[in-house]
Amino acid sequence: MAELTYLQAISDGLRTEMRRDKRVFVIGEDVGVYGGAFKVTLGFQEEFGHWRVMDAPLAETAIVGACTGAAMMGLRPVAEMQFADFISCAWDHLVTVAAKQRYRAGTPVPITVRLPSGGGFSGGPFHSQNPESSFAHIPGLKCVCPATPEDAKGLLISAIEDPNPVLYFEHKHLYRRIKGEVPEERYTVPLGKARTHREGSDISLITWGAMVYTAEEAAKQLDDDGVSVEIIDLRTVMPWDKTAVLESARKTSKVLVLHEDTRTGGFGAEIAATVAEEAFEDLDAPVRRIAAPDTPVPFSPPLEKAFIPQVEDVTKGLRELAEY
Amino acid sequence: MATTETVDVVMPQMGVSVSEGTITKWLKQEGEQVEADEPLLEISTDKVDTEVPSPGSGTLTQIFVQEGATVDVGTKLAVIGGEGADGASSTDDVPEPATAQAAAESAAVSDAAATPPTTDTVEEATPAPAAASETTEPSSTNGKTFVSPVVAKIASEHGVDPSQVQGTGRGGRVTKKDILNFIESGGKTAAPAQPEPQTQAPSAPAPAAKEAPTPAAAPAPSQPGESFEPMTAMRKGIAEHMRGSLDTSAHVTSAIEVDMSRVSAIRAKLKKEYQQSYGVNPTYLIFVARAAAETLREYPWINGEIRGDQIVTRSYINLGFAVELQDGKGLIVPVVKNAETLNLLGMAKAVTDIAQRARDKKLLPDEVQGGTFTITNPGGYGTFHGTPVISQPQAAILGTYAVVKRPWVVQDELGEDVIAVRPIMNLTLTYDHRLVDGALAGRFLRDLREKLETWDESAY
Repeated sequence: MAELTYLQAISDGLRTEMRRDKRVFVIGEDVGVYGGAFKVTLGFQEEFGHWRVMDAPLAETAIVGACTGAAMMGLRPVAEMQFADFISCAWDHLVTVAAKQRYRAGTPVPITVRLPSGGGFSGGPFHSQNPESSFAHIPGLKCVCPATPEDAKGLLISAIEDPNPVLYFEHKHLYRRIKGEVPEERYTVPLGKARTHREGSDISLITWGAMVYTAEEAAKQLDDDGVSVEIIDLRTVMPWDKTAVLESARKTSKVLVLHEDTRTGGFGAEIAATVAEEAFEDLDAPVRRIAAPDTPVPFSPPLEKAFIPQVEDVTKGLRELAEY
Repeated sequence: MATTETVDVVMPQMGVSVSEGTITKWLKQEGEQVEADEPLLEISTDKVDTEVPSPGSGTLTQIFVQEGATVDVGTKLAVIGGEGADGASSTDDVPEPATAQAAAESAAVSDAAATPPTTDTVEEATPAPAAASETTEPSSTNGKTFVSPVVAKIASEHGVDPSQVQGTGRGGRVTKKDILNFIESGGKTAAPAQPEPQTQAPSAPAPAAKEAPTPAAAPAPSQPGESFEPMTAMRKGIAEHMRGSLDTSAHVTSAIEVDMSRVSAIRAKLKKEYQQSYGVNPTYLIFVARAAAETLREYPWINGEIRGDQIVTRSYINLGFAVELQDGKGLIVPVVKNAETLNLLGMAKAVTDIAQRARDKKLLPDEVQGGTFTITNPGGYGTFHGTPVISQPQAAILGTYAVVKRPWVVQDELGEDVIAVRPIMNLTLTYDHRLVDGALAGRFLRDLREKLETWDESAY
């Protein structure tokens, strides 16, 4: 075990798979000579050569299109979008081709698209979004949102191994802020399995990505009120671990869903609806959501702080649920 | 505003610990007109003396409880009926009515103001033992007490009337915790130790206070400090089955001690893989179940049954597993069919699946029938021995108990006796001596122990 940052864990996972499997290659803007905008692939081109660590033009359509073709021919491409926000350019290739190829023709499309996402550092409207719900809505795509370094490595390896297109949302705000023990050997974390970040008995807080840490801070504060909060880190948004969520909901009878993405049509809505549908008889309060308001991500630091759910927003929501 | 609507006047809850009140004075008499919020009567409780405002407008049609009488909170005192009665809005003014019926209803009918009586109402109200009185009166009014789905479910499972529970939620709502605490404490909060009240109150012919519920058989009269809850259908079934089994089989129990070192080591090895790849736990129970299925193949009578004067044996093994429900207040025995075809992983998956679905109440009727042998596992709480009751018409039941580290005499490599620390589990076989003799049971347990102590990974 070594202590790695979230970012180092992603690099480690990617390097592990590239060393193990020659079919794995990396393509993206500035991923080669420059080592990636966030330095995830620093030193990769020196180790694996320019054919396996390819600098692409500023054309996300071309990157995902090339990956789709390569995957259909048997390779295991890992694309990097410089920012998750830019993936909208590649929508057509992902949604129309990659997501449906298996269904139409039976051909697996094992591509992984790495998506540096999330805000919290004044990146403004084009560099801060969390677009997971848009893609979770598309049958044929998988969406992964790791929160810890250990999961970041294990889930990236699972994503590369998976025969389907997998969108890997790595939260930029966690890159160098979060450190943790990461096994040195290769291991996988299964897609579709949630992780109980913290056990509790009074309220279930369902979240993922950077919000896991916001949730944790809030839950600690609720301890002082004598309210025990369970945090479920979904880890994978699609497929999502319904069983774990429902089990926790049935245990605590009160559910709060928290995400950094905007509220309307966010993935929290799907979770809330499912809990209401399937655990109705076990609920002791309405299911609540805390999410960003339905606006673009503001640039100004105070406005961004007001936009992204903060610890105090979560403690307030938790207290209201506890008192209900 | 239909003129036929009526509004009930009930004894209000005047504070969290107050459970009864005495009527000191009626400020209006039968036949008099009364406006909503107008003072209607004066009451005295052990906390306060106060006026009670009228919950509605109309004629005070009938007074049920006369001055001087002491009645429980929620008891219907009078009814206001006739022209101008506005049930819906006026009931909101009742401080906190909450009769048994009101609560039973609010679960089902949220805007229940002055709903005409229905048979449903009557049926719902009667089973609650503490529930007051009349089943013939119109359902009372209570739009206020919201009962959440989980509270309604727990209330119906335990035959508890949520209106008897002190709420700590928003606006006095009864939360899940409240009702669970209430049940755990034996329903004490319902009637906090009142020495004399109930007996003197119901002098009036009216609803006043408690008439003991009169089910089929006349029960022993209630003693101070006792509280009642009806038996669930499941409880009755268990009671009947347990008594019936002891009346049928000649129960004998034999026990054996098993050194679980090997199983323990294999279990530790498999744990991570089983959990990560399959989401199941290789518990000791799974190993015992797997070994029992294997052993039973060689002991058809233990997997058999007495039917009439015939002995039935089978080519298959259907293993029943006793699963605890509702925190020890219920029990169900789902069955893993054809258990002899399952390897260790298959057994782990099958047992996890049925146990989970048993707790979620998602078992199919078919899945609790047809067992040929049962395993019960009370060892989770640390017990090391027991004498379970056979699930009829089977011939035996296996009990598994806590794995405990004990000093154990083993041979070292030179054949010398040494004392080692070993994880030891007791197994009991309770068998029907009509069919299975002690020697057969002993051989079965010996073979089962042998399989567990020398667990052959490749064979299982």
